[in-house]
Amino acid sequence: MDISSIVSPENLVYAKPEIMNDNHMHYCPGCSHGVVHKIIAEVIKELDLQEKTIGIAPVGCAVFAYKYLDIDWQEAAHGRAPALATAVKRLNPDKMVFTYQGDGDLAAIGTAETIHAANRGENIAIVFINNGIYGMTGGQMAPTTLSKMVTSTSPDGRDVQMMGNPLKILDLLALLDGVCLATRVSVHTAAAVKKARRMVKQAFENAMAGKGTSIVEVVSTCNSGWKMTPADANNWMVENMFPVFPIGDLKNI
Amino acid sequence: MAKVQGYVVVNTQRCKGCDLCVVSCPTDVLELQPREVNDRGYHYVYMKNPEECIGCFNCGTVCPEGCLTVYRKRLDK
Amino acid sequence: MTEDVTLMKGNEAVAYAAIRYGVDGYFGYPITPQSEIIETLMEAAPWKTTGMVVLQAESEVAAINMVYGGAACGKYSMTSSSSPGISLKQEGISYLAGAELPCLIVNVQRGGPGLGTIQPSQSDYFQTVKGGGHGDYRLITLAPNSVQEMADFVSLGFDLAFKYRNPAMILTDGVIGQMMEKVKLPEYQRRRTEQEIREQCPWATLGKTKERGPNIITSLELDAALMEKNNERFQAKYRVIEQEEVRYQEIECEDADYLLVAFGSAARICQKAKDLAREEGIKVGLLRPITLWPFPGKILNEYAGKVKGMLTVELNAGQMVEDVRLAVNGKVPVEHYGRLGGIVPTPDGVLDALKEKIVK
Repeated sequence: MDISSIVSPENLVYAKPEIMNDNHMHYCPGCSHGVVHKIIAEVIKELDLQEKTIGIAPVGCAVFAYKYLDIDWQEAAHGRAPALATAVKRLNPDKMVFTYQGDGDLAAIGTAETIHAANRGENIAIVFINNGIYGMTGGQMAPTTLSKMVTSTSPDGRDVQMMGNPLKILDLLALLDGVCLATRVSVHTAAAVKKARRMVKQAFENAMAGKGTSIVEVVSTCNSGWKMTPADANNWMVENMFPVFPIGDLKNI
Repeated sequence: MAKVQGYVVVNTQRCKGCDLCVVSCPTDVLELQPREVNDRGYHYVYMKNPEECIGCFNCGTVCPEGCLTVYRKRLDK
Repeated sequence: MTEDVTLMKGNEAVAYAAIRYGVDGYFGYPITPQSEIIETLMEAAPWKTTGMVVLQAESEVAAINMVYGGAACGKYSMTSSSSPGISLKQEGISYLAGAELPCLIVNVQRGGPGLGTIQPSQSDYFQTVKGGGHGDYRLITLAPNSVQEMADFVSLGFDLAFKYRNPAMILTDGVIGQMMEKVKLPEYQRRRTEQEIREQCPWATLGKTKERGPNIITSLELDAALMEKNNERFQAKYRVIEQEEVRYQEIECEDADYLLVAFGSAARICQKAKDLAREEGIKVGLLRPITLWPFPGKILNEYAGKVKGMLTVELNAGQMVEDVRLAVNGKVPVEHYGRLGGIVPTPDGVLDALKEKIVK
C-alpha cells in the first residue's frame, strides 16, 4: 500500500497547536522555548481560555513570544513581568494571566518583583525557563549558571567564591505562603513534555481558581549558548542541571 | 496481526534541522536530509524508513518548531 | 445634599478625586511628602464601593510597572511618588511612552539631588519636561497651584492621557501636597465596564476575541526603519499636543511692564510679590504656565514684545528659565530667581530679586 494514503483528518494524532501561528520563530534550532510555547498554546486551547488569556512577555530570548501565540500580550521591561501581571489580574480577576520569563529576567533583575508577587499570592501563573545562561545577549553568566560552567562572562567557569552560587529561586518561592504550586519540569523527551503540559495546565487552572501563585520552572537547554548540538545539550542538562535543579514538585497544594 | 502504521508530514520550510525528533524516534524512522536544504539553509527532516513509523508522535511532541504533523491508522480494520 | 466642599490637603484631594473619577487602579509606594495619597486611598477603601484597586507595591519600580500592566488593559491606572521615587520610575515611564500607554503619575516634589530633603522643591522640572527616561519622548505635564487644581487635574490628566495615548504627570511639590485648602471635589463618575473599555480602547489587552487579531502592547521594534516610523508617529502626536493643549493663566498682564513667570507653588508666592510691586508702582504681571509640556512659549514670545523684562521664579537653580529664554529668543532680558534645597522663596525675596535683576 501507499503509506501516505493514511494522511487524512480522521487519522490525525498530532499537529502544531492552532494558537501557535505560522510566523517563523527566531529561536535557534533545538531551543526549548519552542516546545514550551507549544505547551502553552495547547493548554490554552484545552481549557478554552483564548479569549481570557493575557500573556506577559519578558526581556530575554522570549522577548518576541508575542509574535508566535495568537493571544493578547504585553511586553514588559526586563524583570517586571510579575508587576504587570499583578495589575492585569487584579484589574481583571476573571482573566487568565501568565508571565513567561527566563532565569536572568526572573531570578536576577526581577527578583524583587517575582518574590513579592508570589508572596502576595497573586493569582497568576509564572512559566520560568531556566537554562542557566543569558541566551539573547550572547551567553553570559546567569544567576542559575552552574558552578564551573563556562560562559562569556565566566570564561574560566563560574567561580562561586567570586560570583556566588547558582540561585535556586524556586526553593525560595516554595517557602512563600502565597505560592500554591512550585514545580520543576523539563521538555527533553516526549514523556517529559507530557508531564510539563500537565503542570502548566494545573498552573493555569490554579490562576483561574484563585488559589495563589503557581510557578512552573522548566529546566531547559540553550544549545547555542552552551555550544553543543541540541541532542548533546539535552544529555548535558540531565547530567549537570538536574542534580542542582531536581525535577519534581517542591510544593503543590 | 494488527499493525499500526504512522506517517509524519514535515513542514520542510519551518524545520530547522535540530535533530531532536530524530533522536526521539523509537523506530528510527527519521533522518535529516544529508544534502537538501530548505530556503533558510537547514537540512530538514524526512522519513527515511516510513514503513517503520508507529505514529507515536514523540517526534511532534519534542519538535520546538511545531513543524511535524503525525497520522496513525490500524491497518487490519 | 450639600455641595462637596471640604477642607483637605492637596495629597488627599488627589486621592478622593481619583476615586470619584472612576480610576480603576492605584499602585504606589510610601515616600514623603506624598504618602497621604496612598494613606487616604487605603482609608477610603474604594474597592468596597467603586471597585477601584489600591495596592502598596514593593517598590516604585514595581508600582510604575503595575501601572503599565493596568494601562495596557485600557484601565485608568495611576501612581504617585516624590522625586527620588520618580527617578526610580523613569524606566517604566519611558516604556509607557514607547508603548503609547495612557496613565497618570503624580510627582509631589522634594529637594534633591540624591536623598536630598523632604522639603518642597521644583527641581524635577528638567527631568519631567525634557525626558527623564531614555529615548525621545514627552510627558504631558500639569502643574497645579492649589488644592482645587490637585483635584481637577486628576480628571484633566486622564482625559489628556487617553486622548493622546500618552502618559501624563501632575508635577507638584510638598507645598501644594501638604497644604490644606477648600476644595470642591468632582462629581462621582461610574467606572467603565469592560465593554466600554473595549470600545474606547480597541488596542487594550483584555483577551483576544474572535472578531480581532491579538492585541500586543510593546515598545520593541528591532527593524530600525520601522522604529524610525514609530518615533515619527510619536513626534507627530507631540506636535499636535503642542498645538492643542497649551494651558496657562495670565494675571494682570495687560498693562504690565515686567512679567513674573512661575508655576505651581512659586506662582502663589509671585501673586503676592506682584501685589507688593504694584503697591510700589511697579507694573508687574504674572504668567503662570499650567502645562509645563506643552510649554506656553508662544504667549511668552508675544509678551516679550510688550514688557521690558521677565523674571522666572522657581524652587530650583534655574530650569524653566531656559524654556522662557528660548521662547523669548533674546527680545527682552529674562532672569531667574530661585531658592534651593527645600527653601521656599518669600514674596519680599521675589520683589527684591525683581528690582535687582530686572527693573534696575
